[in-house]
Order: sequence, then C-alpha cells, then structure tokens
Amino acid sequence: MSTANHQNGHHYAHHFESAEHEYETAKQGIWLFLCTEILMFGGLFVGYAYFHHVYPEIFKIGSKFTDWRLGAANTVVLLTSSLTMALGIYYNQLADKKKALTMLGITVVCGAIFMLIKYFEYSHKIHLGLAPGSWYHINEEGIAELKAKGVDAIPGNLALYFSFYFMMTGLHGIHVLIGMGLIVWVMMRTARGEFSGAYYTPVEGVGLFWHLVDLVWIYLFPLLYLVT
Amino acid sequence: MANVKSNDHSHDTEHHFIPLETYLKVFGALIFLTVITVLAAQVDFGALNAIIAFAIASVKAILVLAIFMHLKYDNMMNRVIIASSAFFLLVMYFFCIIDEVTRIVQTSNL
Repeated sequence: MSTANHQNGHHYAHHFESAEHEYETAKQGIWLFLCTEILMFGGLFVGYAYFHHVYPEIFKIGSKFTDWRLGAANTVVLLTSSLTMALGIYYNQLADKKKALTMLGITVVCGAIFMLIKYFEYSHKIHLGLAPGSWYHINEEGIAELKAKGVDAIPGNLALYFSFYFMMTGLHGIHVLIGMGLIVWVMMRTARGEFSGAYYTPVEGVGLFWHLVDLVWIYLFPLLYLVT
Repeated sequence: MANVKSNDHSHDTEHHFIPLETYLKVFGALIFLTVITVLAAQVDFGALNAIIAFAIASVKAILVLAIFMHLKYDNMMNRVIIASSAFFLLVMYFFCIIDEVTRIVQTSNL
C-alpha cells in the first residue's frame, strides 16, 4: 500500500492511482447522477408531451396564466448564474479566493432571485385557485382573468395543466434550492482556502449540478411560457 | 499500486482551463438565443413554433454542456453517459407516442 499519495499538495485517497484518477472518478459519478436526473425530469416532459397531444385545448388555456416576461427574466437570471458558477470554478482553479467567492456569491443571489420570481408566480396562481390536482378550485377572479384573455368556456379538467405546471417547476425549484445550499457549502470550503488548480473537485461537481438545473430550465421556459 | 510514479500520469495531471473570454462569449450567445426564442414565439408558424423553440433550446443546451460543463474537453465516457440519458429519454417518448397513436387516438372519444 502506497503512502505517497500526495500530488501538488492535494492528499488523495489511497485507492486511486493519482489525484487526476480521483478527480476523473468523482466527476464520472456526478455525470452518472446527472443521467438519472435527466431521466427523472424526462418522465415529466414525456407526460407533458403526451397529455398536450391528447388535450391540446387544456394546455392552450392553462398557459394563458403564465407570463412570458417573468419566464424570460428567470431565464436570464439562471443563465447569468450559470456563467458566474463557471467563473467560480475558473477562479478556484487559479486559486483566486476573493474572485471565486464573489462569483459563487452572485450565483447564490441569482438562485434567490429566481425563487423570488417563482414565489410571485405561484402565489398569484394559488390566489386564483389554480393549484395542482384535487386542490384546484378556480375562483371568480380566475374565471374573470380568463374571460379578459378571451376564454369563455373553461374545461372541467383544466387542473391537469396546473398539475404539470406545479410538478415540473416545483421539482425544478427544489433543485435550485438544493443547488444554492451546495454552492454555500463550496463557498465555505473556498473561504477556508481548500481549493486550487490541483484540487477543486467539489466545486466542479456542484457546478455540473447547477448547470443541469439551468439546462432543465432552458427547456421548461419555451414549454411552459411560449409554446401554446 | 505501490509504485505508481507521478510522472506516469504527468500528461493528464494538467486540467484544461477554459479562458475567461470563452465563458463570456458563450454567455452572450445564450442570451442572444433566448431573445431569438422569445421573438420566434411571437410569430405564428403553426406546429413549427414548438419545433423551432425546441431546436433553439437544444442549441443552448449543447453550448452549456460543451463549455460550461466542460464536455468539449472531457473524456468520451462522460459524453456517452449524457448521450445515453438523451437516448433513453427518446425511447420513453417514442413508446408513449406509439401508445397514444395506436390506442388513445383509435379508441378514445375524448
């Protein structure tokens, strides 16, 4: 058993051949996890496509309640956070602690702005009685808002749209919250000076997760806010 | 295990650091494509609207995967892993569509 498992100052586990071997193995694990994430979200996307095809009218009417300006704002916020996340890794590679912390901090703030906009969207819908599944009870205000948008006959199973809307954005929102927590964790480790060009595996892994959250939103935005 | 010399792996201990400029260019492209997505949705192309939106989203996804997620400089295994998730997603979609076309559309009176 080798005890000489140091490379460029980073202590790597003895069952790896080198620090690089450890890094590649950890990263491959993250990619396998992201694969399961895509399939989990994928089930919802396929379900959406399926029912959209069976009941196009419900999705057309339901999507009138989404405001594309809020969706676009959230898209820009998440894309910005993806850039700052990538730069957070970049500055950690350069062992520039101050800039890395700034970039990761902006990423967390972007996540918070995203969730705040989501909160306003959710509370408006819930206020109109547009909750998912059996909680769906559209009220007078909701009916009035649809009338204003030129919809007179409201289908009885409109709840289907809101089940998809809340499940997809809700699962995505949970991922944003978890991602924010993970970024705070790597920020604390960055602040302790644990990372450099020789070792930044946790930042890379959290970054991959955060970019996946952005990837899912890239598809959710046109699906829920633009395509009718 | 005992005598692995670091110089045996010296060729791959240097990670590829993507220059700052590349990240900024990709970000610019992503914002530009978002604007295009919104503009394209204002025009009524019929059924093409959804296809256009998903095509642009896929270009954005590839940019994020290749540069932000470093796949362009990564090993083939990680690319195969992510491609396999896309492949099995298509399989799931394909069988659902077959079910819909051969069962729901044929027998349902919805």
